[in-house]
Amino acid sequence: MDFNDILQIVVSPVTAAFALAAIGLNFHYGLTGLLNMGQAGFMLIGMYGYAISVSHGLPAWAGLIIAIVGAVLFALLLGWPTLRLRGDYLAIVTIAAAEIVRIVGRSQWLKEWTGGNTGIRGKDFKDPFESLSPFPDKLIRIGPWQFHGNAWWLLTVAWILVALFALLFWRLKSSPWGRVMRGIREDEDAVRSLGKNVYSFKMQSLVIGGVIGALGGIVFAHSQAVSPDSMSRTTTFWIWTALLLGGAATVFGPVLGTCLFWALFVLIRQVGPLMLPNLDGTQVEPLALAFVGLGLILLIVFRPQGILGNRREIAING
Amino acid sequence: MAEIPSFANVEAKPGSTKPDPILIADGVMRSFGGLVAVDVKHFEAQRHSITALIGPNGAGKSTFFNLLTGFDMAQEGHGTFNGSPLKGMSSAQVARAGMVRTFQLTKALSRMTVIENMRLGAQQQSGENFARALLSPLWKAREQEITAQAEVLLERFKLIEKRDDFAGSLSGGQRKLLEMARALMSKPSMLMLDEPMAGVNPALTESLLDHIVALRDEGVTVLFVEHDMHMVRRISDWVVVMAEGRIIAEGDPHEVMKDPAVQDAYLGAHHDADLFEERS
Repeated sequence: MDFNDILQIVVSPVTAAFALAAIGLNFHYGLTGLLNMGQAGFMLIGMYGYAISVSHGLPAWAGLIIAIVGAVLFALLLGWPTLRLRGDYLAIVTIAAAEIVRIVGRSQWLKEWTGGNTGIRGKDFKDPFESLSPFPDKLIRIGPWQFHGNAWWLLTVAWILVALFALLFWRLKSSPWGRVMRGIREDEDAVRSLGKNVYSFKMQSLVIGGVIGALGGIVFAHSQAVSPDSMSRTTTFWIWTALLLGGAATVFGPVLGTCLFWALFVLIRQVGPLMLPNLDGTQVEPLALAFVGLGLILLIVFRPQGILGNRREIAING
Repeated sequence: MAEIPSFANVEAKPGSTKPDPILIADGVMRSFGGLVAVDVKHFEAQRHSITALIGPNGAGKSTFFNLLTGFDMAQEGHGTFNGSPLKGMSSAQVARAGMVRTFQLTKALSRMTVIENMRLGAQQQSGENFARALLSPLWKAREQEITAQAEVLLERFKLIEKRDDFAGSLSGGQRKLLEMARALMSKPSMLMLDEPMAGVNPALTESLLDHIVALRDEGVTVLFVEHDMHMVRRISDWVVVMAEGRIIAEGDPHEVMKDPAVQDAYLGAHHDADLFEERS
């Protein structure tokens, strides 16, 4: 067994990308009680927005703006019909919309732009970001961690983003704005009766969490490539698991949850074949996924508030 | 202390006009499918008084309440509050205009503390704007004002010891008190109470009634829905009786029950209610 792999995955850019997505989801669910079942869709919008723009010659900052505007529009589009209705409708619409984005992205119809099911190769859009890297272009070892220079650059930026958005969450949660959001999470009619425009607040939450998810998508794309099938329904449920594991409505819950989630995922992938020697290579990944599902069930039954959460403040079944 | 208006010159008949109405509704109709839930020709609530809205179960009281407070939309009719039209106003706008409601099933925000519940009731907190929320100096001063105001109200409603407890840990009666105190945070000119005494123990009921009377004496207009005629007689200045969606009678709380139409509506309904209870 190789603990080094676990150490690598915990700080890797993929983990940071998921941590960002989980922080975004924490705005939705932890703070406002919105059931967004399509966070992977926001990530996809972010990575397509950035990668398509940059691979067609736009500068990186323009790609970033397009990705953010895309996520804002996506949130407005999803929220407009559903946020006036009961929470379940948002869940249904987001899960479907995220799939629509993925399926349109991988279809041959827009192949010229999205690259179809193979997606967009990393070398088509990574250059502008990687050219800013202050790290030398070779393998660098710091402590137990060994990454290529570009990966060091990416994970530095990604974890700074994670820290910034955790800080943003902390600031907003304890502000009057966050108080209205928490009120909506508890009972939106009560908040309405106190003169707050609930629809507008819910929309703000959906937009902010969605934009953070899109930034997570851009980080993910830089760590691998744009591939629509890496952002399916499963991805959304990974993000949910990570958020609930760490503790919804807490500042560090989504970050801790994501790190632990990936550490456990890698651990199971390593321990599985040792425990079950006649497991073949293709069965390891599904085994790990089955454990994720089991873990989510156990979590909701035994510790619905997650590791850092206060059970009195938030639990999945109130 | 506001002067309590006299109802001496008000006619005791459905849809009677009042000398100084704060809330007026005209031709309000709401039906669900084929069922007409509310069909009120004319309704006025006198300023600075306590008006009780009574009627048997299913009379449309709560639906009428929802229509007045913007929680439901009438198919026909219009109303004015304090001289401004209610038509097209959202529930939040109605609340900001000064007509704040409570709910029959108490909506205390359980997983927030009592003081947070109270703060949420305040208006004009610019920190509720996303961008301003990021800079605490912009809203800290107002937050302190709000907190001081909330503590005075909590003191008055005897909830100050519970200040930092989660609202979910309060008893049913305390939640009713909290909901009323929270509604007062915005300094409303009219308080709409949907069955404020439901599920409250007798001792707390007394204190709730005293609070409602005290609020009227301070100049808040109160409209409340209630089943218990004893409570209604004790505190209300005027009673409006609804049955089958219409206003069937209005009058002095001590006289209105003598109206045969009211007795008919009530006895019929009570008869049904008893039967139902026996069966279940």
